[in-house]
Amino acid sequence: MKEKLIQRYSASERINHWIVAVCFVLLAVSGLAFFYPAFFWLTGIFGTPQLARILHPFIGVVMFLGFFIQFFRYWHHNILNREDVKWMKSVKEVLKGNEVGDIGRYNGGQKGMFWVMTLCLLALIGSGIIAWRPYFAIHFPIPVIRIALLVHSASAVALIASIIVHVYAALWVKGTIRAMVEGVVTHAWAKKHHPKWYREMTSKK
Amino acid sequence: MALQSLDIMRRSASPTPAPEARSPMEVAKLIDVTTCIGCKACQVACSEWNDLREDVGSCVGVYDNPIDLSPQAWTVMRFEETEENGKLEWLIRKDGCMHCSDPGCLKACPSPGAIIQYKNGIVDFHQENCIGCGYCVSGCPFNIPRISAQDNKAYKCSLCSDRVAVGQEPACVKTCPTGAIQFGSKEDMKEVAETRIADLKQRGYDNAGLYDPEAVGGTHVMYVLHHADKPNLYSGLPKDPQISPVVKLWKGMLKPVATLGIAAAGLFGFFHYITAGPNRADEDHDEGAQQ
Repeated sequence: MKEKLIQRYSASERINHWIVAVCFVLLAVSGLAFFYPAFFWLTGIFGTPQLARILHPFIGVVMFLGFFIQFFRYWHHNILNREDVKWMKSVKEVLKGNEVGDIGRYNGGQKGMFWVMTLCLLALIGSGIIAWRPYFAIHFPIPVIRIALLVHSASAVALIASIIVHVYAALWVKGTIRAMVEGVVTHAWAKKHHPKWYREMTSKK
Repeated sequence: MALQSLDIMRRSASPTPAPEARSPMEVAKLIDVTTCIGCKACQVACSEWNDLREDVGSCVGVYDNPIDLSPQAWTVMRFEETEENGKLEWLIRKDGCMHCSDPGCLKACPSPGAIIQYKNGIVDFHQENCIGCGYCVSGCPFNIPRISAQDNKAYKCSLCSDRVAVGQEPACVKTCPTGAIQFGSKEDMKEVAETRIADLKQRGYDNAGLYDPEAVGGTHVMYVLHHADKPNLYSGLPKDPQISPVVKLWKGMLKPVATLGIAAAGLFGFFHYITAGPNRADEDHDEGAQQ
């Protein structure tokens, strides 16, 4: 049975992913509380609203650093190619459960997600530092802070919507969660969803 | 901190309406810049009544002291020398919260009840609910709120809401020796301003006028200016102050767009799953096993 499984993510990759994921959840919860008055009660998760405000940026830095490592782990797997364009054009077919193209380690959707996340994280850390009180905001003029707050919330919303898609994709494609929890996937999973990667992985041995 | 002797009109980050039954009259403070002598008695009265003590600073070569508003200085006199009509003029403006009818600070504040607008027009900060995010600083078109380095909470002029609640005028009004600061119903203050402006016009100040900027819905601190056409002369009093369009976008349009975007992502997932069903690789797996 052990032979039937292919290693997709090492232990350190998994730990890295889940640190970023937990930070994301904490940031989304507190961020939505600051954005929507009706969700302000979510700050209670952090003890008090004041604590939520104090902790949010520190958690943000941890998430950014975690993602920063992930970026250098995966960016070279995420260069778009012709197969990805084909995949994106036939995304309707993909959504029916029929794979399109000779997909490598990541498909067009996953690669797009990678770059959207990268852009959002850069916008979030930049604008977040500008708006961070009491440490950094005092060094920026008020009009700059205003733009930072707009950019911060807009990119946060984009990231939250993207992460919902990311999580859904993992739930929808059965066997995917296992890759990020146990680190392994089945031969069938790899063959169906990432045929080119499957060949690379099996030919190595 | 919350003074329930004053009726509340608006409360920060509280989408449902405040009690509507009573509608007391609007008050206003009228600052006649043309009769101000720059004695700073108002600063002292403010500091006395509100129990605030700014640290002793150092002289930077101008009369302004303290040099800026702070959590310990809710009002400061700003001195400006300028040449108008070939004459040197010394313009002195008492700076502080304008108590806007449409307060940018309250619009921006994410914490329920940290900023209260009373029905009489006073905009008050309730520090016990303040989380120190500084959004009010971004929301304010007049650059008034200051965040304390001691407790990370926002402070500004309260228009002595505690005094007004018991029928007294603000401390600065009470102490002003020339009568340059007056307090009463907003309507009465506008009338007082009118007579004063007519007088100024007679004396050759053709552009004398009342500063009660419309774009923020009018203010509950108003100025009589000799040069109402150039408010910028008075240490940068903005000519047409309004809540920044960036803040309006952030606190306005972005919310429904965000709600739609996030809800669309979630609903898409849910309906896709219950219609298209899960994407399994099992069949291929079985085939592979048979081979």
